[in-house]
Amino acid sequence: MLDPAFLLAQCISGLTAAMFLFIVASGLSLIFGVLRVLNFAHGSFYMIGAYMAWQITHWAGANSVSFWIAVPGAALAVALLGGIVERLCLRHLYGRAELYQLLFTYALVLILGDVARIVWGTQQLTVPRPAGLAGGLEVLGIVVPHYNLFIIALGPAIALACWLLLSRTGTGRMVRAAAYDREMLAALGADVGKLYTLMFMAGSFLAGLGGALVTPVRSIVPGMDVDIIVEAFIVVVIGGLGSFWGTFLGAIIFGQVLAFGILILPGFSIFAVFVLMAFVLVVRPAGLLGRAVKR
Amino acid sequence: MKADPLARRIPWAVLVFLAAACVPWLGSRFYTFLATDIAILALLAASLNLLLGYTGLVSFGHAAYFGIGAYTCAILMKSYGVSFALGLATATVAAGACALLFGAFCVRSSQIYFSMLTLAFAQIVWAICFKWNSVTGGEQGLSNVPYPNLGWMSSLPVLGGLRAGDHYYLLVLILVGLAFAVLKRIVESPFGSTLTAIRENPERAEFVGINVRRYQLAAFVVAGAFAGWAGALFGIFNRGVFPDFAHWSKSAEVLIMAIMGGIGHFWGPAVGAAILILLNQQINAYTQYWPLILGLILIILVFVFPSGVFGAVHSGLQRLRRHRHA
Repeated sequence: MLDPAFLLAQCISGLTAAMFLFIVASGLSLIFGVLRVLNFAHGSFYMIGAYMAWQITHWAGANSVSFWIAVPGAALAVALLGGIVERLCLRHLYGRAELYQLLFTYALVLILGDVARIVWGTQQLTVPRPAGLAGGLEVLGIVVPHYNLFIIALGPAIALACWLLLSRTGTGRMVRAAAYDREMLAALGADVGKLYTLMFMAGSFLAGLGGALVTPVRSIVPGMDVDIIVEAFIVVVIGGLGSFWGTFLGAIIFGQVLAFGILILPGFSIFAVFVLMAFVLVVRPAGLLGRAVKR
Repeated sequence: MKADPLARRIPWAVLVFLAAACVPWLGSRFYTFLATDIAILALLAASLNLLLGYTGLVSFGHAAYFGIGAYTCAILMKSYGVSFALGLATATVAAGACALLFGAFCVRSSQIYFSMLTLAFAQIVWAICFKWNSVTGGEQGLSNVPYPNLGWMSSLPVLGGLRAGDHYYLLVLILVGLAFAVLKRIVESPFGSTLTAIRENPERAEFVGINVRRYQLAAFVVAGAFAGWAGALFGIFNRGVFPDFAHWSKSAEVLIMAIMGGIGHFWGPAVGAAILILLNQQINAYTQYWPLILGLILIILVFVFPSGVFGAVHSGLQRLRRHRHA
């Protein structure tokens, strides 16, 4: 019954989903770690990234490079949007109760969802797989698309790059300091305001990147914003809010449980993920790699 | 801070209740429909405010308990032919029990983590409603939930000429009024004062010997049970129950209602529910982009009127009074 080819296929599809999720959730975790804002609009940024990627490939026409322009282009556009949102609105809510920050980001979810509907309509949009990665690799009789392998390689590369940026650069040091004690950092004379804008843009960039990269695999539909945000929340809760490698671990676990949950509970694999989350929270309330929270 | 003594002496709640009881005699099916919707969601928003305004806990998953109440009552009445009274009671107990189970995890974390956990547990409830086809009807939900048997109302002198929907509305009004009365007693009790102390300063509350988590959990259970009560009423009113009842966007909607009315006042969330439902009706007539409008309203609320309608009116009155005395 347990065919190795089937297991491999499940494992690969789980890993691919995990890496998409990691790219998006790492942005959410980064923003939370530094700004202490739980950004509901993160899923909307992901959706806008996907629509922007479609738009740019549409403008660039069907050639071999359009996808490779669209991906960074869409991510940068979303980063810019995030920067504007942070500078104009969110900035004024830092001193206020978290409730108002949550409500503000939820307002963005509502607004961006409708704006996307007005601009791009409600029909499904698709982006073809990029020319160089359209083929597949045959292993044990199953065909693994090159694009999936690319994503599986890209996820750890992004994780490593972010980790190096956080641990080896001056800005990274500031980010870690802000996550630890932002009042102290501000008192020491660091420009915390600029850091916040930068981090919000970086987090939004990752959301947009995830949205753009997912377009060759999943069709772009209204409602994808709300679906991804709950999944991203679960990933960061499992891994530990604000913990970077925790998010990576959480995403991999999420992907594998989703892929193999089908074997145990057909049709209920999303339920298996929730059970896993509840279990993690009972054993380690701060998440797998999260620090214990000060009350 | 003292309000006008005359305005204080008028029993506003009773007046509103009596006015609401007259709605069926306006004769329009639509008005009764709107009034039922408002009454039930007003209770849901007020139950959330026990957490939000009184205990200082931001629950982002309150719709879960609304959904549990709605599904429990609907499944019992439709699939098992249970009477309405028993269905409503079971729904309330079921919602309270789930709130106890989930709340036990949620109150272990504070602030934003609490919000996320309530959201995550609510999505579990939603996923169960969405996937468990054989019991909940899955994505399609359960339709044709039976009305409670209200034939006895037709034999009463004044109520005889009314429609079934009007009869159900009067029943809802009484049950919601009852729930409001109990809720008000709860927030004015020593238990309610303890919750407020916890909201103001959890550390100090802990110092004077209050078991903060246990009180927070108690508030969570009470709020969940009232949400279940409201959900049971809503499922029958809607003639069907759907997974959307437990979705997190529903939780957000209830939160917005509470904030819009003002979480600093007992009746604030109820007023917010009325405003939001009426606004939704009006705007839907002009545009399909209600979420966009709601988002813009929410931004104005967050930046300009953070204490809601009640807060804005209160500070307006204060300014007026100061002006008069000067």
